[in-house]
Amino acid sequence: MKHLLGIENLNKDQIMNILETAVHFNELNQRLIKKAPTLKGRTIINFFAEPSTRTRTSFEVAEKRLSADTYNIAVSGSAIQKGETLADTVLNLQAMGPDALVIRHSVSGIPQLLADIMDCSIINAGDGFREHPTQALLDAYTIWQKLGGFEGLKVALIGDIYHSRVARSNIYLLTKMGAHVSIAGPGTMIPKEVEKMGVTVEKLPKYAIQDADVVMMLRVQNERASNLLYPDIREYSRYFMLTPELLKLAKKDALVMHPGPANRGVEIDDVVMDGEQSVILQQVSNGVNVRMAVLYLLLGGSDK
Amino acid sequence: MKIVLKNGTVVNPAVKSTEKTSIVIENGVVTAITKDPDLTDAKVINAEKLFVAPGFIDMHVHFRDPGFEYKEDIFSGLEAAAAGGFTAVCTMSNTNPAADNVETIRYMLERAGKANGVKLYPVAAATKGLKGESLAPIGELAEGGAVAISDDGRPIQNTDLLKRVMEYASTFDMMYVSHSEDLYLAENAQMNEGYYSTVYGMTGNPVVGEASQIARDCMMAEYLKLPIHIAHVSAALSVDILRFFKNRGAQITAETAPHYLTLTDQALGSFDTNTKINPPLRSESDRQAVIEALRDGTIDAIATDHAPHHKREKEVEFNSAPCGIVGLETAIPLTMKLYHNKTLTIERIVELFTAGYKIMKQQGGKIEVGAPADITVIDPDYQWIIDKNMFKSKSSNTPFHGFHVKGSVYMTIVDGKIVYSRDF
Ligand SMILES: [Zn+2]
Repeated sequence: MKHLLGIENLNKDQIMNILETAVHFNELNQRLIKKAPTLKGRTIINFFAEPSTRTRTSFEVAEKRLSADTYNIAVSGSAIQKGETLADTVLNLQAMGPDALVIRHSVSGIPQLLADIMDCSIINAGDGFREHPTQALLDAYTIWQKLGGFEGLKVALIGDIYHSRVARSNIYLLTKMGAHVSIAGPGTMIPKEVEKMGVTVEKLPKYAIQDADVVMMLRVQNERASNLLYPDIREYSRYFMLTPELLKLAKKDALVMHPGPANRGVEIDDVVMDGEQSVILQQVSNGVNVRMAVLYLLLGGSDK
Repeated sequence: MKIVLKNGTVVNPAVKSTEKTSIVIENGVVTAITKDPDLTDAKVINAEKLFVAPGFIDMHVHFRDPGFEYKEDIFSGLEAAAAGGFTAVCTMSNTNPAADNVETIRYMLERAGKANGVKLYPVAAATKGLKGESLAPIGELAEGGAVAISDDGRPIQNTDLLKRVMEYASTFDMMYVSHSEDLYLAENAQMNEGYYSTVYGMTGNPVVGEASQIARDCMMAEYLKLPIHIAHVSAALSVDILRFFKNRGAQITAETAPHYLTLTDQALGSFDTNTKINPPLRSESDRQAVIEALRDGTIDAIATDHAPHHKREKEVEFNSAPCGIVGLETAIPLTMKLYHNKTLTIERIVELFTAGYKIMKQQGGKIEVGAPADITVIDPDYQWIIDKNMFKSKSSNTPFHGFHVKGSVYMTIVDGKIVYSRDF
């Protein structure tokens, strides 16, 4: 495996391999000195063409714990607006001679295009609405740790599926691993023919959450209201917020997950967010384990 | 110069004839169609294994002249047309300045007059500045040589204005060519809406946006008892709407483009900006329905929607890339696939590529003694690989680079002059 462009093209074994590797890094991350020399002398560029403090920080921590030399390039908005073509951007990055490029971009497919033309490993840190593979992997890792497997699980995915790369990557991953995914959200947020991705489409969350082992909430973006996706926050939270009452419909110890940053009181109630079933903070710490595993497996520590 | 196209299969659907014969061309006109041509002093072209057809017309091209000559100018565009087997083209109005004034129409015709001889018929703007607000001087544009009106990529959303445009234009026998699209539904769209837009994570443009506007435009044509031409039809639902209104007797003609016969929205998975087209590549069932519409006559013509863009403009992030691909030089090989897989007869293909004359009320589309010798010669069995670097067009924005194809343009003749020849 040279690149991590998405979950779509991974198979079950590759996914399990990443999760199992992450276990080792989890152990390392429990120690006082959380550093391994694995990627010493290797150069990793974090190219974030869209703001994301969380994902970028998580990658940076993972890279530094593996002793890689890391550089951050943050581009506010599109490079195109500055008159630079994508080809120029790529050549500039290439000239820095990285071993890996971690890329976040608001346009779907950019990581794949970079992989086609650049020599280094490309790690997709989120492209458009398409994929966010490391998020799905850390979500899977969290589920696997807590529930011991995936086969036969029911996972409810609630909210803005349309604009969510997290949702797509999770759908690929969970269905590949034998879980059943039920989605729910306002009709404006359900993308066309999504059922062909192997999920069950429900309307209201109560149907998707019924007997679920995992309830995954997605962030609703405030500014989306102006795009005619929902009437207002008040109505959204009335029908789509995860409340303690809704959560009762799930299995007794169902996990509550959220890729963050969460809007308290909009898609998730405070009580649920801070409640016993919530594994939201564990997701964050697992993010580092999983990203270390991905970097380790792609760059392998060797000089190839 | 005297030219004899010797012993080719002459496909002349306008007179319902396909026969092995020879064509003699002198002083720019066809002087004989005969099995026993006089070869004295003639340049003889052995057409034994070739189809000899009336010159093809591409009724929907974007030459970027005036205004964006770095993408294409009238000279390079007409060279690309010749290389693609077209003896005539209709140019769309979205130049800069737009073709909403008679000076621009005259400029285009004057430039074309100095080019390789391929005929250029300008389609003028329907509204001033293509703004969809007020009528362009359609009478004067017609007088200056425009053959029809259209705001092409900037479809008229205001239905009252559409009505007035068609009513006013009818005074001068000018037909409205409609790029039918609901712009609200197309906002931010990168591709067709469906399974693949979901999977590729892109904003989709639903077929409803095209079909609903086609329905509106056809309804208006029927109501006003005026002709309308629907450009680049891409979807099954659109085809059904066209069929419905044609069956009611409305004066409707329609075209589609070779890319809708060849690719589907699955192709967007390459994230190649050369798959970004408007209307977008649709689903496989849409592709099938459009092909069926070519067979049954619901769609009358094939046009390319040749839309050159500079490499620099396409080598950007997908969402920033302009829509459109070049089409003149790939149209015949792509369409010949439907001949080889026995979907369309060669007669039907020739009809589809010559229907534009009648639709645009121009002379052409028939090989006959005494008529200008505009002729397209096709080598149906020639196998080759499309190479964008070989295009005569200034631009090479095509998703078909590297495609293995069977069938090519062998020669293009306009007014008795060879404007393109594959072999010399
Ligand atoms: Zn158009």
